[in-house]
Amino acid sequence: MKEAVKCEGLSKTFKRKERIVALDNVSFTIPKNEIFGIVGPNGSGKSTLIRILSTLLIPDNGHARIFGYDVVREYGKVRPLINRVSVDAAFFKGISAWENLRYAARLYGLGGREAKERTLDILGRLGFDRKRYYEPLEDLSRGMQQKIAIARAFFTAPMLLLLDEPTTGLDPRSKMEVQGFVRRAMSNDGLTIVLTTHDMKEAEALCGRVAIIIKGRFVALGEPAALLKKYGKTNLEDVFLEATGREWQEIEYED
Amino acid sequence: MKIKAHAYGSIAFVERNFALIKRYIGWELVFLTYNIVNALAIGLIGARLGKEMVLYLIVGAMVWGFLSILFHEISESIAWERWEGTIEYTFMAPINRFTHLIGNCLHAVTYGVIRSTLILILVVLFFGISIKGANLPALIVILIVSGLSFVGLGLVAAVLPLLSTEKGAYATHIFEAVLLLISGVYYEIEVLPIWIRPLSYISPATYTLRAMRAALLHGAGFGELMGTIVLLLVIGIVLVPLGIIVFRQAEFYAKKKGKLKRSG
Repeated sequence: MKEAVKCEGLSKTFKRKERIVALDNVSFTIPKNEIFGIVGPNGSGKSTLIRILSTLLIPDNGHARIFGYDVVREYGKVRPLINRVSVDAAFFKGISAWENLRYAARLYGLGGREAKERTLDILGRLGFDRKRYYEPLEDLSRGMQQKIAIARAFFTAPMLLLLDEPTTGLDPRSKMEVQGFVRRAMSNDGLTIVLTTHDMKEAEALCGRVAIIIKGRFVALGEPAALLKKYGKTNLEDVFLEATGREWQEIEYED
Repeated sequence: MKIKAHAYGSIAFVERNFALIKRYIGWELVFLTYNIVNALAIGLIGARLGKEMVLYLIVGAMVWGFLSILFHEISESIAWERWEGTIEYTFMAPINRFTHLIGNCLHAVTYGVIRSTLILILVVLFFGISIKGANLPALIVILIVSGLSFVGLGLVAAVLPLLSTEKGAYATHIFEAVLLLISGVYYEIEVLPIWIRPLSYISPATYTLRAMRAALLHGAGFGELMGTIVLLLVIGIVLVPLGIIVFRQAEFYAKKKGKLKRSG
């Protein structure tokens, strides 16, 4: 199986007070060992796509396959292969990083000692102060919590990692540490990453290919250099303007 | 390998929930104190009517305490995961729903037994009641068998916070309150209005209370209690798989409608 992810005609609509088209006929393929970036403003469909790939949301139409397994019908085979970091570090905030990670480890069939060794190794590489490993998460900063979320995703050794805005809201130093960690992690044979981000520079620096999503549709997809060349621009923000007809900053401001 | 993974999966919930209890130990002491005082106050209502009446009421308080712990711990573990936003991570982990829910039930039963035993010891000491004539083995069997049926009810109730965190919690409490009314916790169900009584007959708590009172107050033997034990077992055997099936259906619905996210 050459493809890590293959999506065909994915669509998802939510019926809230009004009908919201979150994904509109999205198709793409991600080969193994690529960082695939998805950039777009809030509400553009990035997280919906990540949730479908995470087996947490069922699409209305279309199919998504991860390493050949259908995310709806074969979710049991998909789950051991994936993990995820979301923008909000979701944890039991009253208990410690160690207790949260031990819980996650058990769910993935790992023993306590193995989990502690792996997570402390990852956290060390992320510049996390290990003395704070046993403190309640509510006492840790947002950046520290996000590093623990990253450790939780990496220590299960997934083949596909879904990073949903992992650096949003982080201070510049934490952001650099996380980006550096992601870059180094790609040397692991077989790891594939889907990265959604608001940060065009991050996408340009980390991703092999980037898709620009707006109102649930991919409006551009390609290698960052190829996109710059295609649109005759020097940065992805200008590519976004050209592809969508809207200023990136304007959309960020609206959000 | 699979058994090990299932065991780790179930232990995850037991460990996590006890870690949360340890973290919020102050609140646990508050609730425990309240439960003890509540059981004593209810027992005192019957003080002038004799020790049998005290014991009758205490059994009600005890059983209700045990059953509501099971019910709450199971349904609130889902509600808590919704509040914290961790439910998506639990649901995308490679464990099946049976392992997940059984882990929560295992914690609830362990915690319920510890708390109820503690309360029973304190209450018996307070009133100086002798339970020498009671059939204690039967009491334990009834507690375990009825625990099974209440685990089933808890699983069904856990669906509510899965679909809507806040409204689900409201509905769970109303469901529990109705059980308290109809099950004869502090009175015989014969005193209920006739139109409510059919509901009493479908509540497993009704049979649990009758059997426990018979074992504790009159030392009823296994032969006498067998019919009720079998009935409670059948209710449990039906309700636990039913609860898991209903939960799985609700999970599918939540995944279809996008209700698993924190704000959903």
